[in-house]
Amino acid sequence: MPLSPSDIARIAHLARLELAPEESGRMLKQINAFFDTVQKMRAVDTRGIEPLSHPYAAIGEVVLRLREDVVSESDHRVANQRSAPAVEGGLFLVPKVIE
Amino acid sequence: MRNPNTATHPSVQTLLVQGFEVVIGFETHAQLSTRSKIFSRACTAFGAAPNTQACAVDLALPGTLPVMNRGAVERAIRFGLAIGADIAPRSVFARKNYFYPDLPKGYQISQFELPVVQGGHVFFMLDAMPRSVRLVRAHLEEDAGKSLHEGFVGQSGIDLNRAGTPLLEIVTEPDMRSSAEAVAYAKELHRLVTWIGICDGNMQEGSFRCDANVSVRRPGAELGTRREIKNLNSFKFMQQAIDYEVRWQIAQIEDGHAIEQATVLFNPDTGETRSMRSKEDAADYRYFPDPDLPPLVIDSAWIERVRTELPELPRAMGERFVRELGLSEYDAATLTQSKAMAQYFLDAVKAGGPPKLLSNWITGELSRRLNAQETDASGSRVAAGTLAALINRVADATISNNAAKQVFDALWNGEGPDVDPLIESMGLRQLGDTGELERMVIEVIAANPKSVEEFRQGKEKAFHALVGQVMKASRGKADPVQANELLRNQLGA
Amino acid sequence: MAHANSELHELGLAELAERLRQRKVSATEATQHFLARADAHAGLGVYLARDEEVSLAQARAADDRLAKGTGGTLEGVPLAHKDIFVTADFPSTAGSRMLRGYCSPFDATVVAKLAQQGAVTLGKLNCDEFAMGSANENSAIAAVGHGAAQALPNPWNAAHVPGGSSGGSAVAVAARLLPAATGTDTGGSIRQPAAFCGITGIKPSYGRASRYGMIAFASSLDQAGPMARSAQDCALMLGAMCGPDPDRDSTSLDVPNEDYSRMLEAPLGGLRIGVPGEFFGEGLADDVRSAVDAALAQYEKLGARLVPISLPRTELSIPVYYIIAPAEASSNLSRFDGVKFGHRAHDYRDLADMYRKTRAEGFGDEVKRRIMIGTYVLSHGYYDAYYLQAQKIRRMLADDFQQAFKLCDVIAGPVAPTVAWKIGEKSDDPVANYLADIFTLPASLAGLPAMSIPAGFGAGGLPVGLQLIGNYLQEAQLLGVAHQFQLATDFHDRKPPGF
Repeated sequence: MPLSPSDIARIAHLARLELAPEESGRMLKQINAFFDTVQKMRAVDTRGIEPLSHPYAAIGEVVLRLREDVVSESDHRVANQRSAPAVEGGLFLVPKVIE
Repeated sequence: MRNPNTATHPSVQTLLVQGFEVVIGFETHAQLSTRSKIFSRACTAFGAAPNTQACAVDLALPGTLPVMNRGAVERAIRFGLAIGADIAPRSVFARKNYFYPDLPKGYQISQFELPVVQGGHVFFMLDAMPRSVRLVRAHLEEDAGKSLHEGFVGQSGIDLNRAGTPLLEIVTEPDMRSSAEAVAYAKELHRLVTWIGICDGNMQEGSFRCDANVSVRRPGAELGTRREIKNLNSFKFMQQAIDYEVRWQIAQIEDGHAIEQATVLFNPDTGETRSMRSKEDAADYRYFPDPDLPPLVIDSAWIERVRTELPELPRAMGERFVRELGLSEYDAATLTQSKAMAQYFLDAVKAGGPPKLLSNWITGELSRRLNAQETDASGSRVAAGTLAALINRVADATISNNAAKQVFDALWNGEGPDVDPLIESMGLRQLGDTGELERMVIEVIAANPKSVEEFRQGKEKAFHALVGQVMKASRGKADPVQANELLRNQLGA
Repeated sequence: MAHANSELHELGLAELAERLRQRKVSATEATQHFLARADAHAGLGVYLARDEEVSLAQARAADDRLAKGTGGTLEGVPLAHKDIFVTADFPSTAGSRMLRGYCSPFDATVVAKLAQQGAVTLGKLNCDEFAMGSANENSAIAAVGHGAAQALPNPWNAAHVPGGSSGGSAVAVAARLLPAATGTDTGGSIRQPAAFCGITGIKPSYGRASRYGMIAFASSLDQAGPMARSAQDCALMLGAMCGPDPDRDSTSLDVPNEDYSRMLEAPLGGLRIGVPGEFFGEGLADDVRSAVDAALAQYEKLGARLVPISLPRTELSIPVYYIIAPAEASSNLSRFDGVKFGHRAHDYRDLADMYRKTRAEGFGDEVKRRIMIGTYVLSHGYYDAYYLQAQKIRRMLADDFQQAFKLCDVIAGPVAPTVAWKIGEKSDDPVANYLADIFTLPASLAGLPAMSIPAGFGAGGLPVGLQLIGNYLQEAQLLGVAHQFQLATDFHDRKPPGF
């Protein structure tokens, strides 16, 4: 099922990507070309099959490891903010957030 | 389980507002009281300087990954057991994708299809009637950071200290039918999570935040479209906000407008709810299982261990107070309003204090002072055992109730640590010698013929005046009950 | 000591480590030698960042430990890291404008582990942006000594691509600028450039090497691995890179690290090599087929037995991978929003505009494409038909491998359908790039260990790689099977002319 230009616009919005008009057009063609290869996949009968999220789960159980509730990170604000685009008083600055 | 709140229950009447039935469901975010964050080892303490408790993982620096905090899981299990819910043996963390400056990864790690706690009930009293609210689920997720607007022009400052704090999101069925019921539920939930020690319940600090889903419908009609009032962090505002929203929705419907689903904020200054900037795509969070976190497995051995460590819950304890100690339901409920107060009471009873009198003192004198200094019972300046001893001195007639209040004052102000020495030093030991008291009574009768005459004519007020005179004569040391009795005997009444 | 230096870059990793240990050459000399080589061949464009002072300081520290005899397994050996690994001492860009100049406050676990064994870091290596690409044509960062980003040349034929996304690592090793380098493999990004450049590379089982500090592309597929000039070298480096990281990576497997060299000398008599029919279909170029067939014949001479097997869903691995990987990537890349680090647009009206422009400016075309695909397949109404369906077929693919491993011990076949293509030939056709991944994707989806070893040459004198795939946690066996081939052949010793 091919994508339409409004699909591209909706996805670009969800992904917060600004696409120039010719970029949108190109993207539409390329993504539709990709989805042509996907048709066979959709037709596969997967009833009763569990999705595989962690590869090793194919042969063994993979469970979440839990760590003890201990604080071991101290204040590294300076190092952590070294690459910040805009900082003031330790706060990351952004254009005003309107609720 | 049948919802006892339905209108078929003979003693429950559905309250209608302007002919409409109100339907309310709650989503509560309780910050779990772990020391470190849910997926990182940064500290969760409130009030630190901006971004000094936001480590690389919290900031979503490239290459960082989440690692789960056992303490958060343990608290979720505790909650699930306390409300009689099922603990999922296997639950999955999912990414909720959206863009917001206080959400560093551009997604929140939450739980979607398989939450850790499923089902359960919260029971409470409303207008002396038992009510219950069904829980759909409770799941673990991470909190976002904060946006600060003050002091900035055209900009906001983002503090990510709070990002990664563990939350338990507690979701109810839309079982509530009035704002009063909703607030009663919220208060009970608040009591429960603080009682079992999973949340500090500090609403001003944002530890316990409620969102109310509110809709209205004509009786018998389908459920109306709901609007969500977000971030209610005070019980007072909760009721105001819901009441306003209900009236607003009814007005809209009566004007012929349909209710559109929306998220609204309550403004305490204006008392109104207002729709937030529309987030049209807010619904498409593109949930998928987080590939960085394998499934959470909780075995029955862990659940059983938490179950044995669960304290006696407030409702059960209150019922026990009524049954075993003869307290009224009201007093039992007041004493079990917090773990600290209940513990204080239990300690005092253990120290030999009489339960009913203790209950009066704790819910009266002690509560007043605790509220004034804004602490709970653990901050009492009079130890439980000391209060028990004081009350026993009233019970054994060593001092009068009034005198006890004076001693209590002295104890509270640190004038002395023990009851008996203070009674002596303050000279409050009341007259135990009935003979001497009887002599005073006869003298007072003789000295107040007018009052006696008025009393014989039926004026009770005159009797109280005579009692007062006896008390005065004894310089407050007489036991007023005894004085009363002796007067009546002498007057032949 | 100086007289040995002109050959230093001819030495393999293990040999160099041994020379350093025997103090026949100092760490400082070795580092200086490879720094000089980097300068001499700056035109290749493999380094995105270098810092001589930092490297020499590390070398001096290594010399101290070597003198005391307290060195690690790679003490004093110069290496470099694919710029997907964050490093505290060098900027980390992931080949993207989005992270130009980004300074990480911490080292990736793999980087730290190699440093613990004494490796000296010479810099960060070029790669496709966010590891997305098969030709290293998608890097957006200019290499050291270059004014602008450009495609990386294959050392065997400069008009051809070196492969990707670990193109910089492959070129550096093939051109003898380093004895070894780290790479990452999500859909073939170690194996394919290793094959295209005639070197040896291994992607271990998913979960063997910590992903902490690897700038995430596709979380359930990304794995770190060594790229060097022999299986023996890879085994040594793999041991230094792998091991459980329970404190930082929840997907890291709780299995002990191993001596991956322990089966190198094991003879192959009786080894069953599974040959999947689906890997030898029409799409396979003749030159690649010849070289791979010859390699398989060589294995028979060494005592192995070829067993025909089937991996029936091989073709499906393309749509399955290109749905799962972009989906995970679309989410992983949401953190690049101009708020906390990285690029931020200069002109914007408001917050929403800042997000859109920052991400439009910071990401290249291929990255945007994959974010779009990924966002779509996770979006409301499409999740079940695409993402969930793909994850289910992924399990079926993994089960197919388990069925195959009942009949054989390792699986062998080509790495790619062709040798390296010309620079620019596929850059306008993303789907053509995706289709060329067909042989590497299955092992990625199943999380199995897989490697590429040089097996001959094809058209234009370009190398052909042989892929070996093992069962979970069987890296030692895999490396042993590779090593025996390298004892009997010399493809892995050949050097591109001019280096």
